[in-house]
Amino acid sequence: MKHLRQLEDQSVYILREAYKHFNNLAMLWSMGKDSTVLLWLARKAFFGHVPFPLLHVDTSYKIPAMIEYRDRLAREWRLNLVVGQNKEALAAGMNHTMGRVVCCTALKTNGLKQLLEHKGYTGVILGVRADEEGTRAKERYFSPRDKHGDWDFRDQPPELWDQYKTTFPPGTHIRIHPLLDWTEINIWEYIKLENIPFIDLYLDKGEGIRYRSLGCAPCTTPIKSTAKTVDEIIEELRHTTVAERSGRAQDEGRGMELLRKDGYM
Amino acid sequence: MTLIETKPSENLNIVIVGHVDHGKSTLLGRLYADTDSLPDGKLEKVQAICKQQGKDFEYAFLFDAFLEEQEQGITIDTARTFFMWKGRQYIIIDAPGHKEFLKNMISGAARAEAALLLIDALEGVKEQSKKHGYLLSLLGVRQFAVVVNKMDLVGYRQDVFEGIEKEYREFLGQFKAVPSQFIPVSAKLGDNIANRSKQMPWYTGATVLETLGGFQKEAARSEQPLRMPVQDVYKFDARRIITGRIAAGRLKVGDHLVFSPSNKRANIRTVEAFNIEPQPAEGQAGQSIGVTLDDQIFVERGEIASHQEHLPSVSTAFRANLFWLGKRPLEKERKYLLRVATKEVDCEVASIHRIIDTMDLAQQQGSNTVNKNQVAELTLRTKTPVAFDLSASFEATGRFVLVDEYDIAGGGIITELVHDDQEFLREEARRRDFAWVKGEVTVEDRAQQYGHRAAVVLITGGRHTGKSFLARKLEGRLVADGRHAYLLDGENLRRGLDADLNEEERGQTTEMARRYGEVARLLTDTGLIVVSTTNPFGLAYQEAAQAIRTLVHPAPVIAVHMSKTEEEPPPNTDVVLSGPTDFDGATARIIDELKRRGVLAQAIGAKPVFQYSI
Ligand SMILES: Nc1nc2c(ncn2[C@@H]2O[C@H](COP(=O)(O)OP(=O)(O)O)[C@@H](O)[C@H]2O)c(=O)[nH]1
Ligand SMILES: [Mg+2]
Repeated sequence: MKHLRQLEDQSVYILREAYKHFNNLAMLWSMGKDSTVLLWLARKAFFGHVPFPLLHVDTSYKIPAMIEYRDRLAREWRLNLVVGQNKEALAAGMNHTMGRVVCCTALKTNGLKQLLEHKGYTGVILGVRADEEGTRAKERYFSPRDKHGDWDFRDQPPELWDQYKTTFPPGTHIRIHPLLDWTEINIWEYIKLENIPFIDLYLDKGEGIRYRSLGCAPCTTPIKSTAKTVDEIIEELRHTTVAERSGRAQDEGRGMELLRKDGYM
Repeated sequence: MTLIETKPSENLNIVIVGHVDHGKSTLLGRLYADTDSLPDGKLEKVQAICKQQGKDFEYAFLFDAFLEEQEQGITIDTARTFFMWKGRQYIIIDAPGHKEFLKNMISGAARAEAALLLIDALEGVKEQSKKHGYLLSLLGVRQFAVVVNKMDLVGYRQDVFEGIEKEYREFLGQFKAVPSQFIPVSAKLGDNIANRSKQMPWYTGATVLETLGGFQKEAARSEQPLRMPVQDVYKFDARRIITGRIAAGRLKVGDHLVFSPSNKRANIRTVEAFNIEPQPAEGQAGQSIGVTLDDQIFVERGEIASHQEHLPSVSTAFRANLFWLGKRPLEKERKYLLRVATKEVDCEVASIHRIIDTMDLAQQQGSNTVNKNQVAELTLRTKTPVAFDLSASFEATGRFVLVDEYDIAGGGIITELVHDDQEFLREEARRRDFAWVKGEVTVEDRAQQYGHRAAVVLITGGRHTGKSFLARKLEGRLVADGRHAYLLDGENLRRGLDADLNEEERGQTTEMARRYGEVARLLTDTGLIVVSTTNPFGLAYQEAAQAIRTLVHPAPVIAVHMSKTEEEPPPNTDVVLSGPTDFDGATARIIDELKRRGVLAQAIGAKPVFQYSI
């Protein structure tokens, strides 16, 4: 448990730095386990309040249960929820059969960029973790994006001790990653420790399958698992050696590096 | 495959450093492979890619995730990797060894609690081996082991290993760094990584894996005196919560806290937390916490809370060791933003004492710039007083970064307090404030009542520039607007309070400035906006202005400089008025500045929104 409190202290510190330095700050919430833990950490940092809007980039292909869960928590926790959607792309019929990277770029990356531009957010908090895949392992806590929202991973700013990059030229913005040091197991351990409500799609309901990572319905497949409780998930993860995102289509080949360079979460 | 893991009890951050190509990424890959810590199929996948591209398999490709890194066979940026072993969760950071990416190496090392430093047995000690060793020490990473790699290339010879050990120990000894181990390994072949080498029976010390296990979680900083830099003050609901991460020591409900440099004091009423039952009553080093106080004093981000028996230093100058990472060189007399813990303040490089060559630790004097990737000893001077510690006694409050334009461009540790000429006055102010007898009415009550905060407007400039006229005009305008302002004319003090001073004392300004400052301090404590000129100090006004600032701190001083022609205003001037004066325009500018600083609310009668705290 001590290690969870250490992670929590660090994440809370980062969230408070973000809130102090950015006037126009928002947090991305996909309703998955990571960004929900992030939301909970914000409530920790701000003593039960969430003093910035939560953004959901809606691809329209999410599993319906996720939308219900979103609206319920938004009500109960009095969240300022902002939903964005790339309506043009959807009207033009964008979907995963046009290519996964193409679809993700249009609906998620561009959906996010449109939302950021429209609302003028200069700081965006995201729940990415270093253990998810290779390029995320190389992220900074405070990671700048240029005028086009692109990530220059060749020239990342130094990050010294608890001092982060909080000043940036006009037109650019900063992505803030308070969960970088958390692993998938830590997320579940923390959900258990704090008793955080999560979507039951992560649990097996008797059919021997569950979701390990939640994305759009067409591009996320459940894994074989009989874990019916958080304890059972943690136990399962302690013994698995299968990558978490193996059910996510975007990660194949160099998909993720290309997507993230262009500003994908 | 099986992973034998128990529940992790703690996290430990490790960094792997060393010269480029000495095998850091390979060692990391091998450590994972030999402990069965890679996800299924990862090794096979990388093997297949290598085969397809007609390249030899490299363990390094496991973590060098970027296409460019694999193509060039180098690590560009640090990767965080997660490793579970014997009940501990390690975050191992693979740092780049190429000197072009030194800022990435430093970012990785600054996060670490322990380090492995690699040296190639065949190539021996190289430039970055030394630089990294020196920087580890500067960054405060005192726990580390030296790994002599590629022993296979030197026939696993003990004399080669011992030669490197001797040479490198001597180098480290010059700045008193002592590694916990020297380990001979072959990362590529797996000797002494997770498994003991059969090739080097002469070595009986710990393997790399055993060495990791032997690293200690940083010794409890909780046993040190309290340091809590204020991160922010929240008022989301009825509670006014002071937040911060405890950098050292511990605190509990009822403790008497002193905030430096403002000298504000109050007792802790509660420790606040979300979803923790029962509500905590104490906190200790490492925790991000929030407290409420029994007295509604105003404290702001950047101040350091401590107990009264162990206060941090306060000064406008300190000596430091710094490494520079900026794209343009650090220059003497240029302005940078200094960040010490949560404090941000403008500063200037007062002098560059010497540049340190990390190859041979030779020192070069007389430089006016510090180039990218150089280390230097220098003195920094800040615009306003800062609270800090020497890094030898407190790590977190004894180090800093410099921001050049938008970027963190350098970092360093504070090695020495530099006494400035305000020290005696600051001591006087501290003693006075600690013993100050307060009434029931708080500063905040007065501000609410008056609709503005207290401040000192100090008008400087040469003779016949219209200072007194402007001061009178400003007082009149403020009072007409419904503010509580008072013109403190130095002439009046001269004839009254200063009447006992002899000619010589009057000539020296020191005592006059001190008396003047204390009177101004009394008036600001009553909640007034004090308008004044520096006329009584003649040409010594610069010195006097500094003394007044120290004594009235933390009430804001708005410095206005008047001159008939363009001239360099004194340092820290807020409003510069030169040329023929338009007194109405000048008054309006000063009032704008008062608004900007949060002294005046935006509209008269409206509830004031204060941005600074007193
Ligand atoms: N013979 C031999 N080669 C090694 C060993 N460790 C690493 N190498 C090779 O040295 C080169 C550089 O290794 P890499 O891990 O990329 O070095 P880094 O720059 O320190 O990360 C690669 O070609 C490795 O295969 C070793 O123990 N023995
Ligand atoms: Mg490398």
